[in-house]
Amino acid sequence: MDRTIAINVNHLCKTYDSHKAVDDLSFSVYAGEIFGLLGPNGAGKSTTLRTLITLLHPTSGTATIMGHDTVRDADTVRTLIGYVPQERAIDRFLTGREHLQLLGALYHLTTDEATKRINELLKLVDLEDHADRPAKTYSGGMKRKLDIACGLLPNPKILFLDEPTLGLDVQSRLRIWEYVRMLKARGMTVVMTTNYLDEADQLCDRLAIIDGGKIKTLGSPVELKIALGGDIVSLTLKELDRIPSLETELKGRPAIKSVRTTTKGLDIRVESPEKALPAILEAANRLGCSIEFIQYNRPRLDDVFIAHTGRAITESIPETESA
Amino acid sequence: MEHYWQEISALTMRWVRRLSREKFSMLFTLVQPMLFWLIFFGNLFQRAADTQVMQAPNYISFLAAGVVIMTVLNNGLAGGVDLLFDKENGFLERLMSTPIHRTSVILSRFIFVMAITSMQVLVILGVSYLFGVHPATGILGVATTLLIGMMFGVGLTAISMAMAFSVKSHGDFFSVLGFLSLPMIFLSSALVPLTAMPGWMSFLAQFNPMTWAIDAVRPLILSGWAEALPHVGMVILVMLVFDALCLYGGAKAFRRAMG
Repeated sequence: MDRTIAINVNHLCKTYDSHKAVDDLSFSVYAGEIFGLLGPNGAGKSTTLRTLITLLHPTSGTATIMGHDTVRDADTVRTLIGYVPQERAIDRFLTGREHLQLLGALYHLTTDEATKRINELLKLVDLEDHADRPAKTYSGGMKRKLDIACGLLPNPKILFLDEPTLGLDVQSRLRIWEYVRMLKARGMTVVMTTNYLDEADQLCDRLAIIDGGKIKTLGSPVELKIALGGDIVSLTLKELDRIPSLETELKGRPAIKSVRTTTKGLDIRVESPEKALPAILEAANRLGCSIEFIQYNRPRLDDVFIAHTGRAITESIPETESA
Repeated sequence: MEHYWQEISALTMRWVRRLSREKFSMLFTLVQPMLFWLIFFGNLFQRAADTQVMQAPNYISFLAAGVVIMTVLNNGLAGGVDLLFDKENGFLERLMSTPIHRTSVILSRFIFVMAITSMQVLVILGVSYLFGVHPATGILGVATTLLIGMMFGVGLTAISMAMAFSVKSHGDFFSVLGFLSLPMIFLSSALVPLTAMPGWMSFLAQFNPMTWAIDAVRPLILSGWAEALPHVGMVILVMLVFDALCLYGGAKAFRRAMG
């Protein structure tokens, strides 16, 4: 499949004093996809993001946005991107509308253009009724919506979201996810960092798991889970003596990766349950094995994360752990 | 160029809007403290201060120049505070991720701080006038006073912004600020002339750019052009060097923080 590349990161390194925040990162983001940088705090996600939005200069390596270098063509890059920072980057004394008007001027829009776009955006994020109140009266979710409206004001080709739902309640979170999906539907490329596994799983077309400044693995959530060894179908058989014959029958079949005998039945690793389950049931039926119990476990992104970083995402990074 | 202007005026408007929403803080933290110096300190020492030593008809007329420059000092040193908060809450990053000229944010801050400072200096001079301090050099002298104040203020604001970009936390910022401001005042000719100071203090005070600024503003208020002009000429030179150093340092700190 030949897809347009929106972002290209090439051997990117960023060193602070002697600490390597980002260590030889290379990846591409395709136009129109939602790309996630997933990792624990301090993994290098934000450093990577800040480099892409021209706020940091790489120590070595390069990053290009739609073919423009983030250092040499920084100004061109800035016209192509929208940014939603991690912190609630809100001026509490300004109203929602004033935030957008300020940004309108910074993106050099004419007053008419800005007014039109601001009204559209306020409608989009459902802040019309609160647009003329100072932001200090906003709830966390409303601030986040304003943040996103600010990021969308330049009508960017690529939107960067830094931890978009950090600290939000469940409803606001789902709302933000909705927006992100809608933006993708409109053809926008979205790059987001997150340390929520479910967020990455639900939202991202592809994601890179970053830890210690390096990419541990990269792919779509489904690919990553499959790469882990696939889903597991556990069978419990009524007649235990039939287990060996069923094992022989299933081994080597397409869609079945491995079969392992357990005390009461079989653990079958499958590539995709959609193909494997009918085959398993058909084989059991043909051999006259009656199945007492069948259980199917889909590996979660948590399992992928643990497999590649050696720990759960909620655990702190080793340096702080030993401290 | 047109873009540059659009950016700077929008960013400056933001500072104005913020201030206009904080009416109390505008009134109490910006205008008042300096008036306290003038009204209370000035009148308190009216009889204690020796007019012979002060070379002024009374203490309050001596103090007026000092309070004018102290206003500039305080505003200048605090000029970076809002950028510090912008840095800490991510607003600065948001601004810097837009295609603006890298200097727009800083320039808007300079314009705003200078405008506010000018207004406050005028308030100080107005209140002094009510206490019978009538500038000897008239309106032109007031304009010259503002010019000197602005030149000093630019350097101070640059120092403040450099600090805002360099410090790890705003606690550090305010510690340094509190530490800097009083010695700057005491080791200057704001409260007493250098000739009336202990030797070591007057020695240190002559390296304080604030002393130069006050020594130029004071004759503008007390004596007249003949005495003021040489001091004014000198302070302009001193301030050019001071500003150049501060702006250089500020630019370095800014580049380090932003790239």
